[in-house]
Amino acid sequence: MALNPMEQFEVKPVSWAPHPLFHIGHSPIYFTNQAFWMLIVVASLSLFLTLSVKKGRVVPTRTQSLAELSYDFVAGMIDMTSGPEGFRFFPLIFTIFMFILFCNGFGLLPIAFTVTSQIVITFLLTAVVILTAIITGFVRHGLGFLKLFVIKAPVIIMVPMVLLEFISFCARPLSLSMRLFANMLAGHTMLKVMAGFVISLGAAGGIYTALAAAPEALIVALTALEFLVAFLQAYVFAILSCIYLSEALHLHDNH
Amino acid sequence: MDVVAAKQIGAGLATIAFVGSGIGIGVVFGNYISGALRNPGAASSQFTNLYIGYALCELQGLFGLLIALILLFT
Repeated sequence: MALNPMEQFEVKPVSWAPHPLFHIGHSPIYFTNQAFWMLIVVASLSLFLTLSVKKGRVVPTRTQSLAELSYDFVAGMIDMTSGPEGFRFFPLIFTIFMFILFCNGFGLLPIAFTVTSQIVITFLLTAVVILTAIITGFVRHGLGFLKLFVIKAPVIIMVPMVLLEFISFCARPLSLSMRLFANMLAGHTMLKVMAGFVISLGAAGGIYTALAAAPEALIVALTALEFLVAFLQAYVFAILSCIYLSEALHLHDNH
Repeated sequence: MDVVAAKQIGAGLATIAFVGSGIGIGVVFGNYISGALRNPGAASSQFTNLYIGYALCELQGLFGLLIALILLFT
């Protein structure tokens, strides 16, 4: 097929800056479409969050209430998972949540590049969360942080459980980054495959051209689903980060 | 059978992982709804757990996708 559904994930220099910006050693550094869209996301996010609450009104305007709603949402999430102590991580969780939400949202624009469909981005976000959790745990509990892997049980059960807990802890960065990356990748590939059906059917002529309406309608439905997934993945990423950080704070005894 | 063909078949087989993922998500949401209908007052408090369960189930399918991608693009 002429239309490759994977082509949209290609990281390439933007068309108006095809030459490398500078070199590090012998590796050329380009201004890529990924960097471009990430800048757009960060710029619009900063503008949205600063301008909307600039004139803090008692009766909020629409944009102000939207900003307050997202603040309240993340605050409620942290309060539920890690209690009042978790609020020292509020800036981290809020930044991650809003960044992922905006990346996923902007990615659904037809011309846009989805920043979160690159595993390097999601893995970097995950690394920040996991390293914060590990450092917090060791600073707060010292070597007692290793009690995270120990479960109160008879020794014969405990030894394999410690091993399992350790493996599960090591799999966290992989699972957290994979989930966001694969969801974005699968969703956008699915949309492009459906778009390929529309084009092939439309070009076939006769009765087939009329049949192209079916995948077209499906694209509309799938786009709506993708908006749900975009929000849901940002939510899931944030809530799992909260849980990991809460475990580092409180070990196993629930707050 | 040459290696490329075997890789393509393997990638197709790897997507079977989504069977389990689908069953898991169905169980999670089905049980949530049946629980919520019995005790609607407690439903909203379990919303977080619902989506954590959903995310964990979905991940198992996505590992299959990961294997398919590794087979296709390496």
